[in-house]
Amino acid sequence: MKYAYYPGCSLKGTGRAYEESLLAVFRALGVELEELEDWNCCGATTYISYGELQSYALAARNLSLAKQMGRDLMAPCAACYLVLNKTQHYVREYPWIGQIVDHALDAIHLPKDIGVKVRHPLDILLNDVGLEALKAKVVHPLTGLKVATYYGCQMVRPYASFDNQRNPTSMDRVLEACGATIVYYPVKTHCCGGSQKGTLPEIGLNLIRRLLTEAQRNGAEAIATVCPLCQFNLEAFQDEASTTSKFHIPVLYFTQLLALALGVRLNEAGFQRSFINIKPLLAEKEIAYA
Amino acid sequence: MKLKRVVKVEAERDPAFALWISQTVGGERIRHCLQCGLCSGSCPLSLYMDYTPRRLMHLSREGFKEEVLSSYTIWLCTSCYACMVECPKKINITQLMYALKTRAMQEHFYPKRFAIPVLAREFSRMIRGSGRITESRLVMRVFVKTAIWRLLGFSKLGLRLFRTGRMRLAREKVEKRSDIVTLLNAVDTTRKELAR
Repeated sequence: MKYAYYPGCSLKGTGRAYEESLLAVFRALGVELEELEDWNCCGATTYISYGELQSYALAARNLSLAKQMGRDLMAPCAACYLVLNKTQHYVREYPWIGQIVDHALDAIHLPKDIGVKVRHPLDILLNDVGLEALKAKVVHPLTGLKVATYYGCQMVRPYASFDNQRNPTSMDRVLEACGATIVYYPVKTHCCGGSQKGTLPEIGLNLIRRLLTEAQRNGAEAIATVCPLCQFNLEAFQDEASTTSKFHIPVLYFTQLLALALGVRLNEAGFQRSFINIKPLLAEKEIAYA
Repeated sequence: MKLKRVVKVEAERDPAFALWISQTVGGERIRHCLQCGLCSGSCPLSLYMDYTPRRLMHLSREGFKEEVLSSYTIWLCTSCYACMVECPKKINITQLMYALKTRAMQEHFYPKRFAIPVLAREFSRMIRGSGRITESRLVMRVFVKTAIWRLLGFSKLGLRLFRTGRMRLAREKVEKRSDIVTLLNAVDTTRKELAR
């Protein structure tokens, strides 16, 4: 198994732990990832309000580069995953958009065909690797660890390509295969506010507080995420969001928990980048780690 | 006591704006809107909005341009797509919010130093220049142009990010930066040609 890998900007910055743990997990599972050569920013949800058509061309450049490699494209960041998928939808739905994107790719001598499969790591784990193969590789089961699985918005909305839109369970299944207990988390697809903690701090903080409160109320000992911005918001503003009850809950990428179970060493899976030390929790739950 | 008319009247409509929204990508079905309110009900930000998404859809398709483009609603949208998933008429509300943001920026319909449009502008400039986003540099640029004093409040967080190696100041960039500029320019030229 081999895939083209599109990290996106956040996985090289605040989301480094996502990249580190992701690469370690797939290495442990014997899946090869080759980073897309000279990829550019997907445009996220920001460029589009500045220049809609240009934003499609930016995403299309990455798709075209992946097409040249002839492999499915893995996009772990929720925003990148959405933007790449969306561009393919719009290019198909609106031929005039397709025409403009084709011309733009032509200008930089890239193939116009951008019909590669964009895949989420959870999709690959469930449908290509398989839960049985994953289970067979677990060396440090996460027995008894209560995890709230937080999916956020863009992995399932608006395109639910491999999971349910209103009640996604792919991350639950993958983490359960590692022995974790998934707690009831009714806000699992609610919005964390994205960049609003920076632009409209009070509103952003309210959204973050609600997500942390629900996790705490349902007895979660850790929150698992699939998006660098969700992870950042939920981890970095816990003190600020605390009211009468104080928040102190590790917020991890789901790949970090996987890495833990697969026996990857903590500092090879980005745990040293967390604001909250995971070791006391692991000791309390008697979970072994490398 | 100063009395003010709150009901909008026909004469305040801008029919050209109404036509534009119905021809915008995502807005083709806006005239089918039932005003059912599922968009507002599913929107996590609607309780902070001056017009809820349902009301904004109606104002837009009737052509109340001033109200729509100067509303906070369009800037509060975080692209979570909850409304689009719930809409029984499959109106692409999120996409329309982008289009409305673009119009509001082009026609200067937002308060000076308002951080969200500034973020959009700086983000786009950084992509044109480097092809990639360096998060730390982007955040600093936005604060410098909107509310520089707020940077102080972030010093503790910045330090933690720096210590954990999550804040890198080195500029992320693509090798073929000229390709990015060529690509973006080609979009504009083709669009103009198609318009003719």
